[in-house]
Amino acid sequence: MQACRLTANNLACQRGERLLFRGLGLELTSGQGLQVKGANGIGKSSLIRILAGLLRPLVGTVEREGSIGLLDERPALDPGLPLGQALVFWQRLDGPGDAELAQLGLSGLLEVPVRYLSTGQKKRAALARLLGQEAPIWLLDEPLNGLDAKGVALVEALVAQHCAQGGIALVASHQPIALPGGAAIDLADFTA
Amino acid sequence: MRHFLILLRRDLSLLLGGERRGATLLPVLFFLAVAMLYPFAVGPDAPVLARTGGGVLWIAALLAAILPLDRLVEPDLELGLFDQLALRGISEELAMTARMVAHWLSFAPALLLAALPASALVGTDVATLKTVELGLLAGTPGLAALGVLVAALTASLRGGAALGGLLVIPLAVPLLVFGAGSLSTGGEAGIALTAAFSLVLVAITPFAAAAAIRSARG
Repeated sequence: MQACRLTANNLACQRGERLLFRGLGLELTSGQGLQVKGANGIGKSSLIRILAGLLRPLVGTVEREGSIGLLDERPALDPGLPLGQALVFWQRLDGPGDAELAQLGLSGLLEVPVRYLSTGQKKRAALARLLGQEAPIWLLDEPLNGLDAKGVALVEALVAQHCAQGGIALVASHQPIALPGGAAIDLADFTA
Repeated sequence: MRHFLILLRRDLSLLLGGERRGATLLPVLFFLAVAMLYPFAVGPDAPVLARTGGGVLWIAALLAAILPLDRLVEPDLELGLFDQLALRGISEELAMTARMVAHWLSFAPALLLAALPASALVGTDVATLKTVELGLLAGTPGLAALGVLVAALTASLRGGAALGGLLVIPLAVPLLVFGAGSLSTGGEAGIALTAAFSLVLVAITPFAAAAAIRSARG
């Protein structure tokens, strides 16, 4: 995996009238993981979207070297299509990836329409999409939501593998998650 | 271009088939139903029907194009599709262009075919039918563009579908005026104006719809 870097300087985020956080800076290079902690509504998802370039920060800059893979609460898989076909669309865009569907526990579900999948299964399917994208920078927004104990272990293993291969993983989660290096920041330290 | 084709293929298969099977037929059946009901409402006066039939076909086509409005953009916005595309460097403009082409392909060719039996139902003559067909050919790209534009503008609103239908109608008035107007003059000038207005809409829509989607991200 090529060298990647994610740098944020002095970020502040405003939603509506509320200033969510300010003065937030971080720097991640190849192989590093970081957990962003914080209570609901503190701005974890907004931070992820700012880092992904989908949301403009009030002030501050973000620099990215390497493409972004985003996993949030929306799987971006067509609910009416069987899972296999829904994933094929992303494979066409991303090229054949290395997503191991059996490892994700999805191999028996390829014929099932996405809308019939459970929350955890949808999360696993979104992970398959993320793996297939082969993006060096992972931004994961509450990746553990809806996953069972096995699923949690799976996400931790995937993140560890991704970082071992030289990727970056930034995980926003209010739940404990084991990341390589174990680095974490708490958004409560940056609230206005 | 590769991305465009992948997007077009997906949009088209979603609009034409998949879970929404039959939904494509709906605008066409709606169009035929209007043409069928019109003689019942107006009465079997052949000259009146023949004189007004072309215009009714135009109104039916306009309304039929509005039917699929609510599933053009909104479901994909909720899915986070456009965010994922943006991360892959695929612009909203490209996605909206593909959506516009797919929308046109999904209803216009079927509508042009359905205009044949419909014109028989309202009893228009061959010359009028030809003008209607040419006019629809010139006007439906504009209707498709307008549909995508309004669907994108209202996608992030609650109850956007109903509002979308209301928004399309006034914006489609120029198309109707020129398109149906070409019937009374029997001429190419009306069709050319319809085509011109269509082109303007087709040219504006990818950018305006893309801006709407980006602002919905908020």
